[in-house]
Amino acid sequence: MLYTSLLPTILLLAVAAYFLGQRRAERVASAAGGLRQLHSLPSHYGVFVALCCALPGLAVFLVWMACEEQVITAMVAAGLPEALRNLPANELSLVINEIKNVAFGGFTASGGNPAVEAAAGSYLSHLHGVRNLVVAIALLTCLLPGWWALGRIDKDLRARNLVEGMARVVLFGCATVAVLTTIGIVLSIVFEALRFFQSVSPSDFLFGLQWSPQIAMRADQVGSSGAFGAVPVFVGTFLIASIAMAVAIPVGLLSAIYLSEYAASTLRSWAKPALEILAGIPTVVYGFFAALTVAPAIRDLGAMLGLSVASESALAAGLIMGVMIIPFVSSLSDDVIHAVPQSLRDGSLAMGATRFETIRHVVVPAALPGIVGSILLAISRAVGETMIVVMAAGLSANLSVNPLAAVTTVTVQIVTLLVGDQEFDSPKTLAAFALGLLLFFFTLILNFIALRVVRRYREHYE
Amino acid sequence: MTEQTFPLYGGKAASLQERLGDASPQERKTVGTPFVEEPRMTCRDVDVFYGGKQAISKVSIDIGRNQVLAMIGPSGCGKSTFLRCLNRMNDTVGACRVEGEIRLDGIDIYDPSVDVVPLRARVGMVFQKPNPFPKSIYDNVAYGPRIHGLTKDKNELDEIVETSLHKAGLWEEVKDRLREPGTGLSGGQQQRLCIARAIAVSPEVILMDEPCSALDPIATAKVEELIAELRTQYSIVIVTHAMQQASRVSQRTAYFHLGDLIEVGPTERIFTNPRHKLTEDYITGRFG
Repeated sequence: MLYTSLLPTILLLAVAAYFLGQRRAERVASAAGGLRQLHSLPSHYGVFVALCCALPGLAVFLVWMACEEQVITAMVAAGLPEALRNLPANELSLVINEIKNVAFGGFTASGGNPAVEAAAGSYLSHLHGVRNLVVAIALLTCLLPGWWALGRIDKDLRARNLVEGMARVVLFGCATVAVLTTIGIVLSIVFEALRFFQSVSPSDFLFGLQWSPQIAMRADQVGSSGAFGAVPVFVGTFLIASIAMAVAIPVGLLSAIYLSEYAASTLRSWAKPALEILAGIPTVVYGFFAALTVAPAIRDLGAMLGLSVASESALAAGLIMGVMIIPFVSSLSDDVIHAVPQSLRDGSLAMGATRFETIRHVVVPAALPGIVGSILLAISRAVGETMIVVMAAGLSANLSVNPLAAVTTVTVQIVTLLVGDQEFDSPKTLAAFALGLLLFFFTLILNFIALRVVRRYREHYE
Repeated sequence: MTEQTFPLYGGKAASLQERLGDASPQERKTVGTPFVEEPRMTCRDVDVFYGGKQAISKVSIDIGRNQVLAMIGPSGCGKSTFLRCLNRMNDTVGACRVEGEIRLDGIDIYDPSVDVVPLRARVGMVFQKPNPFPKSIYDNVAYGPRIHGLTKDKNELDEIVETSLHKAGLWEEVKDRLREPGTGLSGGQQQRLCIARAIAVSPEVILMDEPCSALDPIATAKVEELIAELRTQYSIVIVTHAMQQASRVSQRTAYFHLGDLIEVGPTERIFTNPRHKLTEDYITGRFG
């Protein structure tokens, strides 16, 4: 109870500390002869005291949250009877799990092992005892620095500068969290992928032309030979993404040019939000639209032309995906085109250029970095899109660049590998991580190339 | 326009509008010599409206060959608006309506049969703020010849670029870095680049809308020198706020006031012996 209200308590203390600090600064000021005698504003002193109060307490709380599990488990394990303590590591962890179940849920799987019952009791009492201790320490680390800061307030204390410094630390902390999270995600993918590469050789994975991820449970099982060649999956991904971009880039870019350069402002004010609605449609809706409406239409059209079209085709999925990402291209491009200064357009028009010549030679080159940025965003959406492909392009990993055939993509394969009951030590599941790593690598290269392109062709304007 | 009190008026805080708006229609009639022999452009009874508001009324003036016409006047007097009528740049402003007659070499430029693209190639424009395209120096100058298809091959284009930069007095400074972006030049160089860009399509008239107001004194001096040289080949109309500049670069000066053309005449005469009271007040610095 005490523990769960610790966080609100710290925040309340900080608020109180703010007002105390402010009041005290005002009193110091009136004693010294007016607010102008203070080095900083009273609110700076308030923030200074509040931060001195809240930050140490929060730090204690966060550190404890991070290591509570290990500490309590170690304490409980130390109190277990000899027989249980000497079990192998994985069995011990089962016992610990059961102890926790008993402690929190009150039910037993093993029909009431007295040692477990006792350990559960000690688990709870340890937990409560240590948590109360933590609450006490956290409150102390709030109150003591807070009190210290309150006492330090005088007219020469540079609270404004101290607050600035602390603000900088907080901002740095937030930036670090973002970077560390990225590193963490990459590392976790890398380590799981390495485990995968222990059972499948990297060259088989990178260059293998067949993808049928399965592992035999018995030696004589039908289809026991699994194949982990990633090429068909990636070819499928790029095929569908290319079709999608072939739809989205021209339509999106040209509609952006129309909206920002030709359309009257009234038309623009309702047409742009209308286009952006496309981005708000759930992808699953696009998915069944593609699978139930577009794919049969393409198949019928193909039949009329004498082509054999699979009922689930890359073309259907790619077309609909292209429609879905039109607003990503058009909306962002419209903004950057709109931001090109009017003086450049005037300069070009005054040379006798027509409107379209002005757009082609002056406006679009000036807006190019932003346009490339919007296209990149659209590509990453296309590569990462899953739902439409699951429904409209199928699951079979054909190695084909024929847009009329059924193909599959990396994301779809990751989903099918990880959906359902899976054991996390078979290559079949670990393959998902390897695919993810490779995909990550590809998008990284894509970003790198795009940055180079932008730097090469960017035309600065002031 | 900021409101000021003038010691000459005994410190009475009358607004500028009150003091100047009371001139009777008689006093607003153009005085001086608005017409010249063998004009390049002729403007007769030009009215410009922005929506329902009249910005310019009944302006009649000629633009002579091989001379600089300076247009001066307080802010908002319509001189830039009038300038933009001369190459139909006001077409890009939706609410703007132009009436009257403006002829270039005898042809009415507002006639429906006249295409604005060749017109603007014949009447070039330089803007207040240098606006080089975010392209290389070479491509900036080559822009006009390329879109108008003036050259047959690369050599011819190179030649046009070089002569234009020579004429704009920029060649010596940029000849070794034609491939570098035009936006990397200094402000004065950028403005001369814009002038080079304008003359690359061999216009007959060059319109300049306060071409030096964003430049420092040295760059201004260079551009003024350039204007004096360009006069030998082109007709130039320049809008300026600096009266010294008008007196230095122009042969004729036109004084605009609240949408009316008040006085036109040889520059020297305007500055030494203005005939209209408003002109005199303006050039002696009572307002503006």
